Amino acid sequence: MTIHQSKDAFQASGLAQDYATFLAAHQNKEVLRFIACGSVDDGKSTLIGRLLHDTKQIFDDQITALRRDSRKHGTQGQEMDLALLVDGLQAEREQGITIDVAYRFFSTDKRSFIVADTPGHEQYTRNMATGASTADVAVLLVDARQGLTRQTRRHALLVSMLGIRRVVLAVNKMDMIGWSQDRFAEIVKGFSDFSAGLNFAEVRAIPLSAKNGDNVVEPGVNTPWYVGGTLLSFLETVPVREEALNAPFRMAVQWVNRPNSEFRGYSGRIASGTVRPGDRVSVQPGGRTATVERIYTADGDLPEAGADLSVTLVLAEQIDASRGQVIAAEGAPLHTLDRLDARLFWAAETDLAPGASLLAKIGTSTVTATVEAIVSRIDPETGKPGPAERLSANDIADVRLSLDRPVAVDAYAANRETGSFILIDRESTDTAALGLVLAPRSEAAPAAVHREEAAASGGLLGSLKRLFGR
Amino acid sequence: MSAATAAVRPDTTPALASSPARMSHLKRLEAEAIHIFRETVAETENPVMLYSIGKDSSVLLHLALKAFAPGKLPFPLLHVDTTWKFKEMIAFRDSRAKELGLDLLVHTNQDGLARGVGPVSHGSEVHTDVMKTQALRQALDLHKFDAAFGGARRDEEASRAKERIVSLRTAQHRWDPKRQRAEPWHLYNLKKKRGESLRVFPLSNWTELDIWLYIEQENIPIVPLYFAAPRPVVEREGQLIMVDDERLPLNPGETPQEKVVRFRTLGCYPLTGAVESGAATLPEIIAETLAARTSERQGRVIDKDGAGAMERKKQEGYF
Repeated sequence: MTIHQSKDAFQASGLAQDYATFLAAHQNKEVLRFIACGSVDDGKSTLIGRLLHDTKQIFDDQITALRRDSRKHGTQGQEMDLALLVDGLQAEREQGITIDVAYRFFSTDKRSFIVADTPGHEQYTRNMATGASTADVAVLLVDARQGLTRQTRRHALLVSMLGIRRVVLAVNKMDMIGWSQDRFAEIVKGFSDFSAGLNFAEVRAIPLSAKNGDNVVEPGVNTPWYVGGTLLSFLETVPVREEALNAPFRMAVQWVNRPNSEFRGYSGRIASGTVRPGDRVSVQPGGRTATVERIYTADGDLPEAGADLSVTLVLAEQIDASRGQVIAAEGAPLHTLDRLDARLFWAAETDLAPGASLLAKIGTSTVTATVEAIVSRIDPETGKPGPAERLSANDIADVRLSLDRPVAVDAYAANRETGSFILIDRESTDTAALGLVLAPRSEAAPAAVHREEAAASGGLLGSLKRLFGR
Repeated sequence: MSAATAAVRPDTTPALASSPARMSHLKRLEAEAIHIFRETVAETENPVMLYSIGKDSSVLLHLALKAFAPGKLPFPLLHVDTTWKFKEMIAFRDSRAKELGLDLLVHTNQDGLARGVGPVSHGSEVHTDVMKTQALRQALDLHKFDAAFGGARRDEEASRAKERIVSLRTAQHRWDPKRQRAEPWHLYNLKKKRGESLRVFPLSNWTELDIWLYIEQENIPIVPLYFAAPRPVVEREGQLIMVDDERLPLNPGETPQEKVVRFRTLGCYPLTGAVESGAATLPEIIAETLAARTSERQGRVIDKDGAGAMERKKQEGYF
């Protein structure tokens, strides 16, 4: 085990002088969320344990506990088993596998990191989709001895579907194959052939050993032929949240804040884009337009607010917006739809059949969704559609849903926040599926003046169809 | 109380993120927590915020006030009082409630109190179960709260790393690791069956360092016990226990020593270990936290009641 010296820049001495610099750095640094995907034996938990350990996130008492646990449960003989740092629940520890999404935290001088640690076993698709849904980057772990496996292909396809555009191919256990450059090149070639159609903006392949620490946080001495930088250096510099900031402004109304007759504000978290006072917006579904008068926050009004910020918008005009509606940039409306083509990641243990009725939570709107048709089941390895009559746990499928009233959505490919939803089982109240809105078949939206009317009749029409069997 | 924190702030104005693209980690955490508060209030009937008086509760309260400003907090606060909290905690609680005009409910397990259950006489496991876990259940049932905000963080303990932001509890308030729901994007499922309730953790993604940096940035009042000061302590099983009142029996030959200590976490005083530290200001605490060689919960006796202790307590309904 390699122990690196602490790189803590912050010195307790000269405190007051360094403090301002230090605070500015820590209080203003960005966060990167990433997902680590791998099979049971690829060494994923060890890699995450290594990141935590080498960035000094592990405390003395945890190390003591780790040494004790390593003797009892470890798989590394007398050595400390870093995987035990992240294998949390007792049941898992006994089985020696990770069975649920766990979130880990570490930070460096440059960024804070949130890692979604998800299981690699194929029956846990829903967990990986969950972890990927909020991630900026995916780290795909490959065992250098095994090379690319069916699991690698599944994981790459899944993170691609969930909209992740930047991927690390972490070729682990390089020490077990004598740091063979040829073998590494072969794996990288195989991956680039396979991932050509997956719409990744960047793929970074890194040869590493999580167990020994090479090329994770510290450069490895065994890979003179590799000049691409460590895993951590990539994570510290890869762009974050670019797509969300560049997308048009959208904010789902969460809460109408009306403490008195003087103040009426629409509270929400900005899903994408930016907003400024004076901007023209439209409220959807409905399409009423208004001007943003103030961006209220408890810390004072803002001159501008961007994606991910929670704010309260005060509009100049007296229009009625309510929870479930989306405030959007006027020139860039969402789709108002009462039928959705969607891709589902089915998470429930019970099967899904056409005709089933569930609740759909889309943004801040909850509607009733009826499965009109299961269009196709998606092969989790190739992404190719095939026929399907029913869905069972962890199936991925394209379906057509009819809603009891129209909702404002984007295609997931255009906007992860306004193009996603969950389906909720009405009886168990459990989350039954993760859903991605596919691009509507017809892009033609009704003319703006008729939109509200059209929306209302669409909802009625939907009800009538259900009553009279379509 | 504000004076305690305000007085130690060096004269610095942290540079604000200049454009939305540079939104800081803390701002994002704040925005996420505010979003969670609003979602929960919009979708549940009778929410409550569990207020434990500690630093995480102080941050939680601050975020809740922000979420609904300029309106008032749309839910009450609940403090489960085991009657063994530090005196300074109770004084702080009452002064904050008065200052902010909070609707504060205080609940004590009267049955446990009548039976004389306490950490000294009954040990930490029984005391925590009766005066904390059972008391919390009583209070939630009494007021029919269907959602309770708590300040737990995923970085605190291994079994919490997998806790959801919105976590379902059965009608018996039990946590079932098998029935935890997928929580993708920022879509929280707040539905539940009759009798079931939710625990909601807006600080899930915060770390201890984030909490301290945010307290500093926002100038949030906290209990003075977090700052180093001379305090009477006795050493027991490697833990420094503060002699907060006469209810702590001294062993033969044991006399309280005055040591300069502070607390990294606050609970019932006989169960909360102090650390020897000279950190009397926020900058010093933050420096110490960064350089910390011992994790925060080490000061808590209850986490050590055996392997998987916290996990078992959670299943039994401990927060």
